[in-house]
Amino acid sequence: MPLSSAEWQVTWFSLCVAGLATLANLVPGIALAWLLAKKSWRGKSLVETAVALPLVMPPVATGLILLKLFGRHGLGGWLEQYAGLEIIFTWKAVLLAMSVMAFPLLVRSARVAFEMTNPRLEQVARTLGAGRLRVFFTISLPLAAKGIIAGTVLSFARALGEFGATFLVAGNIPGRTSVLSVAIYNEIQLGRDGHAFQLLGVSVFFAFLFLWLSEGLLRRQRNGL
Amino acid sequence: MNLSLQNLSLAAGTFHLELNVNLSGPVTGIFGPSGSGKTTLLEIVLGLRPAAQGRILFHDRLLLDTSKRIHVPVEQRGIGYVPQDLALFPHMNVRQNLRYGCRRDADGAGFTDIVELFEIGALLERPVTLLSGGEKQRIAFARALLASPRLLILDEPLASLDRTLKMKVIPYLRKIQEKFQVPMLYVSHSAEEIVSLCDEVLLLRAGRAAGLGKPSDLFRLSNEPRYVLRNTLASPDHGNTQV
Repeated sequence: MPLSSAEWQVTWFSLCVAGLATLANLVPGIALAWLLAKKSWRGKSLVETAVALPLVMPPVATGLILLKLFGRHGLGGWLEQYAGLEIIFTWKAVLLAMSVMAFPLLVRSARVAFEMTNPRLEQVARTLGAGRLRVFFTISLPLAAKGIIAGTVLSFARALGEFGATFLVAGNIPGRTSVLSVAIYNEIQLGRDGHAFQLLGVSVFFAFLFLWLSEGLLRRQRNGL
Repeated sequence: MNLSLQNLSLAAGTFHLELNVNLSGPVTGIFGPSGSGKTTLLEIVLGLRPAAQGRILFHDRLLLDTSKRIHVPVEQRGIGYVPQDLALFPHMNVRQNLRYGCRRDADGAGFTDIVELFEIGALLERPVTLLSGGEKQRIAFARALLASPRLLILDEPLASLDRTLKMKVIPYLRKIQEKFQVPMLYVSHSAEEIVSLCDEVLLLRAGRAAGLGKPSDLFRLSNEPRYVLRNTLASPDHGNTQV
């Protein structure tokens, strides 16, 4: 049975917002991963733990924190009043939840990739007259690229599969905030198992594809290819 | 060369480095057993590791003065570096490695001269991962020289080569000195390399200078034949120094 237009819309919306969340995470994720891998600084272990929290906390708990932070009585109220920016129960809430849940996976993969680069190469580059920024863009980043791309793909897959936090902060408004995982849950609740299985097939396809890509890239990074 | 290391000190765990020497070269060997502080000293001179105290002057240029909080960044010191593992950039080919720090005209006389000197013209488009040990060595020397360093630091650059290959690479080191007149700090475990290349030797032991002078003043040829430290300087570590 082919996908209905509503199911296509959910799939397309999920891919777009997961892609946006991954892009939004890219610069801060890589910067933080580099800082964690290459520098010693006060409070590093606290930041490390805080960043990894969404990996081990129940996603609905993370969602609840986001709801309180970005709700009317938190930062969200201030943003709405002064910037006219409404977050909760909009597509921006989906983006926020996906970004927060996917961020640790990107940071962890990128961090390992930076740790695997030989620091001697960066030192020699500096003796050849390159400043820190040039060393980062010409030595550290290209050498860690495969690990970073693998982490990016993995975090995209995580964002695409996100349910708990998204459901709590964005709900399930068809055409506005409904994503694959939430739509599957909704179809099951309504007893429309056929539709649920169709969406499940789409989810499995993308999850398999992105995990396979990510594993392949990580293997190449480990083998130094 | 006039490299002045004044009251230089560093403590790292149980290791203490304390030095107050003037090195005049032009090729100064740094000789000592493992853990004597050779690499630590190089890293301080390069600016890769901070010293707890002291001053470093190269000719009249102040590179470090802890009392005035002066620490010239690595990239501004103009000191070339060839580490033991050579550290060629694996994601670049030979030409890209050579051009990375090239301050000489990238394709002009300076570049060509050095490429010819090291006989690496045929290797320029090759990935560095496909080079032999001796080829990598020559690329690393050429890359460091193309950045026009005021001082060249070589940290056991021949350690990974067998004796035959060493004998092939040593003439290139002599050529560097003859043609470019670049002062060098040359770290080695090998008394033979030190004697054949250096004009002066700093003998390090447990982070302190145990001797400074001409190689002929510090080493003698034993019966075996190989070079060993003279009796007044020999310690259990140094008495059987490998040639």
